[in-house]
Amino acid sequence: MSLWVDKHRPKSLDHVDYHQDISERFSALAATGDLPHLLVYGPSGAGKKTRVMGLLKKLYGPSVEKISTKSHKFVTPSKRELELGVICSAYHLEVTPSDMGNNDRLVIQQLLKETAETQQVDLNAKQRFKVVIINEADSLSRDAQAALRRTMEKYTKNIRLILLTNSTSNIIAPIRSRTLLVRVAAPTEQDIVNVLEKVAAKEHVDLENTKTLEKIASHSDRNLRKALLTLETLYTFAGSKTVSENTPIPTPDWEMVIGRIARELVSSRTPATLLAIRSLFYELLSHCIPPSTILKELTYRLIPVVPANLRVPLISAAATYEHRLKLGAKYIFHLEAFCAKVMVLLEE
Amino acid sequence: MQSFFAKSQQAQKADGKKTSKNKAPPPWVEKYRPKSLDDVSSQDHAVTVLKRTLGSANLPHMLFYGPPGTGKTSTVLALAKELYGPELMKDRVLELNASDERGIAIVRDSIKNFAAQKVVAPKDHIAEKYPCPPFKIIILDEADSMTTDAQSALRRTMETYSAQTRFCLICNYVTRIIDPLASRCSKFRFRLLDGNDALARLRHVSDAEQLSVEDGVLEKILEVANGDLRRAITILQSCSRLSGESSAAQNDEDGDATMAETRPITIADVNETAGVIPTETLKAIIKACKDSKGPIGDTVPDILVAVKELTYSGWSSAQITSQMHDLIITDVLIEGKEKSKIAELLSVTDKRLADGADESLAMLNLIVGIADVLGAAK
Ligand SMILES: Nc1ncnc2c1ncn2[C@@H]1O[C@H](COP(=O)(O)OP(=O)(O)OP(=O)(O)O)[C@@H](O)[C@H]1O
Ligand SMILES: Nc1ncnc2c1ncn2[C@@H]1O[C@H](COP(=O)(O)OP(=O)(O)OP(=O)(O)O)[C@@H](O)[C@H]1O
Ligand SMILES: [Mg+2]
Repeated sequence: MSLWVDKHRPKSLDHVDYHQDISERFSALAATGDLPHLLVYGPSGAGKKTRVMGLLKKLYGPSVEKISTKSHKFVTPSKRELELGVICSAYHLEVTPSDMGNNDRLVIQQLLKETAETQQVDLNAKQRFKVVIINEADSLSRDAQAALRRTMEKYTKNIRLILLTNSTSNIIAPIRSRTLLVRVAAPTEQDIVNVLEKVAAKEHVDLENTKTLEKIASHSDRNLRKALLTLETLYTFAGSKTVSENTPIPTPDWEMVIGRIARELVSSRTPATLLAIRSLFYELLSHCIPPSTILKELTYRLIPVVPANLRVPLISAAATYEHRLKLGAKYIFHLEAFCAKVMVLLEE
Repeated sequence: MQSFFAKSQQAQKADGKKTSKNKAPPPWVEKYRPKSLDDVSSQDHAVTVLKRTLGSANLPHMLFYGPPGTGKTSTVLALAKELYGPELMKDRVLELNASDERGIAIVRDSIKNFAAQKVVAPKDHIAEKYPCPPFKIIILDEADSMTTDAQSALRRTMETYSAQTRFCLICNYVTRIIDPLASRCSKFRFRLLDGNDALARLRHVSDAEQLSVEDGVLEKILEVANGDLRRAITILQSCSRLSGESSAAQNDEDGDATMAETRPITIADVNETAGVIPTETLKAIIKACKDSKGPIGDTVPDILVAVKELTYSGWSSAQITSQMHDLIITDVLIEGKEKSKIAELLSVTDKRLADGADESLAMLNLIVGIADVLGAAK
């Protein structure tokens, strides 16, 4: 039994529920065989992947949905063997090279070149080229991106790339120059409510009224995936009972922990608090919550509770320490330094 | 029912395409890659000098540098074609780029092997048509991603075989090429494309594709592409699909099989394709910063909402920063002193973004900072 987010993912560009303009653009691009390389960007859960799969279907027809997973072996220059899972159909393949850490350049060099150098074998294929989807393109190393450059130009006859990313800031200029940038904005809360309504109807969720859905949407950070998951969770917990406006939306544990840090920080500014907070930070980090997310969430929670005149310096400190955290090696230093700074601000 | 019809029509359309697919056209950037030096626009200096070498049948080692999409790769490929013709090019030209393994080992072996081979005199029918000078060319595209060690190793090789090989190094950042190497080459800087030459090239593409464009559209494309002709051409292609084929697709859905109805490309199409943030959105933010009554701290929660909205819309922070910069610098109502403070903020933000800092925090800090500067000015 698959999750609702997968089960109710629209299968074709003609059936997506919002951003019709992007669907139209994709249909138009798919109508002729000279599709450029694409760089699709937008916030998480906005529907990027859904639309790209729709584009593939327009390009190749339904058989592109017959996918299998293979594992591809790579040998590093130091003769170490590595494996990477590759999702593929007869017409496309999909990789997440950032899974390989620093060896992502090898994926680009070996896998892409192999794919690019072999022509489409299926003579009935609608397009001569294969599509390669690269997930999380913003975490590709500089080396890997550099390796993409000429490959993208030399093999355009046999290969088209679709890069998926949350932000274009970490994509090097030569790659941006080689792709058509397509922005997918997050759905509005109303869009989300509409999708939730459809899914709820299909799954026969017993809803008191649409207020519940509006509440889910407003807690979703405009992330459709998150909203759908929440709806499914509420439905599962409610059992056979009605899901009503008053059904509480569960807050993830890690957000509660951050809430606690914010409260302690404001209420008692002592070294002892700092020590207590440190163990909470370690707890969050050990649960793989990205340090940037911790710092950002903490800032958002502090903004309303600190005196108004401290807000500008608070944000400035947050941006400074988050920057250092990205450059440095020890996350905890910068998280703690931020807390200490906030305490000092509050004391003054 | 409706959707059934739509489907069958799509299938037909696909069948129709099958017949023509054997010569499936490449994306326009490849289709309109300059075929000869004459096709290269705006890079007069490089083109003039290189053309002269065609006559004299001699060539220095070369270093091409400049921003992406300005014609570096195209120029060297066109030059090679004019020197040797397409047939002999295979024997005489070696092209290596960042997607090939290019450690020291490669420089030592594959370049050496190629460089050491004897130059064989061309067949008569080729020698008649092309200058065919008695040396080979090794193109090292994207040389800025070669390691320093590999570059040092290249130094010797270049000297040893200079009698019969010429090197052409291509890069975006000339500073990443080690000095001893750079000083062995004639340097050619490729400028960002603007002005009439670039416009003429874009018009050439647009005419060849029989597009109809509204006045000012091509100029606008060049402007949003920031002097990158490759980007400009891709944007033009996407715009043309949007204005032409999309209406065709809609006709299909209505069950109406008439000919595709096209409209001219408009400036709005360009803005949408290029991901330009509507000026009103940013102006509204700047206005809110200026108008904030009372202490800035009180407006921070509102600014947070606006920044989150920008993030949800997916606008790239680099784009926000750059458009913000343009708006503020040209705003006559902001004093010079405030402008310079804001410039400092913009520069810090740009650096942070380049280092991979979190975008929403960086944007929040930027906009709160601007509000603070403008608020303090009152
Ligand atoms: N137009 C749509 N109508 C209905 N549901 C949609 C639509 N688009 C996306 N969804 C749902 O939203 C979920 C998230 O979409 P998708 O996986 O495409 O997001 P994404 O932008 O690729 O996210 P991420 O960046 O996190 O990978 C999907 O599981 C799908 O069920
Ligand atoms: N000066 C120019 N004249 C004509 N066309 C150009 C010119 N510059 C770029 N183009 C167009 O842009 C495409 C890419 O150009 P090219 O590959 O030469 O760029 P580049 O300078 O090598 O960029 P990069 O640094 O990203 O490798 C060409 O195929 C051509 O369509
Ligand atoms: Mg190039």
